[in-house]
Amino acid sequence: MEVIQSGIGQLIQKPDLNAFREWNRQKPKALIDKRMTEAEAIDRFVYDGDYIGTELYGTVRCPMSLVNEVVRQKKKDLRVVGQGVFELDMLLAASLVKGMDITYVGLEVYGVSNVFRREVESGRLETCVEWSNAALAWRFKATAMGVPFVPMRSMLGTDTLKYSAAKVVECPFTGDPICLVPALILDVGLIHVHRADKFGNAQIDGISGFAAEMARACKRVIISAEEIVDTEVFRCHPDRTIIPYYLVDAVVYAPFASHPGEMCYIHVRDEEHIKQWVEASQEPATTQAYLDKYIYGVKNHREYLELVGWERLERLKAMAQGVDNEQPCI
Amino acid sequence: MSNPVSDGYSPTELLVCTAARLMTDKTTAFIGTGIPMLAASLAQRMHAPNLVTIFEFGGTGAIFETLPMAVGGECTFHRAIAAAGICDVMEAAQRGFIEYGFIGGAQIDPYGNLNSTVIGEYYHPKVRLPGSGGGNDVGSFCWRTIAIMRHDRRRFLEKVDFVTTPGYLNGPGAREAAGLPPGTGPYRVVTNLAVLGYHLESKRMLLLATQPGVTVE
Repeated sequence: MEVIQSGIGQLIQKPDLNAFREWNRQKPKALIDKRMTEAEAIDRFVYDGDYIGTELYGTVRCPMSLVNEVVRQKKKDLRVVGQGVFELDMLLAASLVKGMDITYVGLEVYGVSNVFRREVESGRLETCVEWSNAALAWRFKATAMGVPFVPMRSMLGTDTLKYSAAKVVECPFTGDPICLVPALILDVGLIHVHRADKFGNAQIDGISGFAAEMARACKRVIISAEEIVDTEVFRCHPDRTIIPYYLVDAVVYAPFASHPGEMCYIHVRDEEHIKQWVEASQEPATTQAYLDKYIYGVKNHREYLELVGWERLERLKAMAQGVDNEQPCI
Repeated sequence: MSNPVSDGYSPTELLVCTAARLMTDKTTAFIGTGIPMLAASLAQRMHAPNLVTIFEFGGTGAIFETLPMAVGGECTFHRAIAAAGICDVMEAAQRGFIEYGFIGGAQIDPYGNLNSTVIGEYYHPKVRLPGSGGGNDVGSFCWRTIAIMRHDRRRFLEKVDFVTTPGYLNGPGAREAAGLPPGTGPYRVVTNLAVLGYHLESKRMLLLATQPGVTVE
């Protein structure tokens, strides 16, 4: 295949799928109780320099309790998948991110992310490589398929492609130019789910984002769950298992772990708290004060929730609509 | 163009109503948060009850009762046909299933190319913007792309600083030559001052209509 164009962005994680196969072969397949605290999970499975991914994103089913623990333990020189709002803002605010494959980092209705701007414009975030949203999702899919790249028909003709690490080739079947995006193998993925069992089997309600693909593209997966349920729940409805246990390394029981984001059918997002962050993130000093209060100033997720206040959390719960009537089992 | 005379409605409401009129019934539309969401909600209640809205994180065919603040929010799949995932939605778009795509950006050029990545030089940006997100995919895959913009000289430029999302690139035939699916591309630009389209041959933006009270200078 003739390469017509190569993006000039750096390939910040090489797609070594043979090594990934070896890794997956040695991963324990036994049913092991993997329940542990955030502190233990992050300490054992996240290392300085790791390439990490978070799912879903920003204000929706975001794994905030795990991300806050990464910040608390000051895991540094991280490379991340840049699809996010609140979770990436925390990592960026603490200056822990060195490289990023970015599709979108912003605050949605509240506009541009202040901490992202500061990290890029100051050069502290050393490497940014551009991708479209589909490109990143399909890069996970390539890894999930166990192949080094997938072909796709967007990104073509744009600066998004020019500043990516994608390649354009002449399709050997049609002769048309087509974009190839490399498999993205993550060192560790952080995913918050509606329910899991102690072994790591997981169900998600509502949209699944890119949980299935990302979980299969990680060397290590840490799950946090609103609820820990019996394995029988999975055996009754195996069609609903989005992440099977053998992909998972740690299971953390963490209600309200997406706060201030939302968890569909369980609680709505905390608009006031989000606005508080948008305001705080405008200046470095107030950003630091926010981190001091909500992350460094508390020992764990439990203390964070107490700081936010149970009355407030219960109110967010009461505001959730469209309650799922279908019971997972029986 | 002069500013419109405000007559009981805000510029945002005007954008919402104009965009809603472009949404036809019994078709599919890729919807982003903000104005497209409000427009789809209005269209659903007016002339397009069977409009199938599609959100990038998986919500397909929702019925809107409240307005989401996020493209993955619960309202994007409230009483929906499917709550799928990003791959499912993007693959449907790539297969040609999505007719309209609504997008925005910080800058647009006469060929409808959009910038939502950086203002200034890429490696030393004046302002780092959020990036493509699903924008590039929507602009590549949807049959007809509709940009919603605030109309001012800083946004409508002869050349954008960074082509995040493809319009007609540098002119007729450029999309197809780059490998983008044939027959796709920019369709309309809705602003607070006007509705713009594209010349069939030159693929350059042209004025179709002005908003009420606006005059061409």
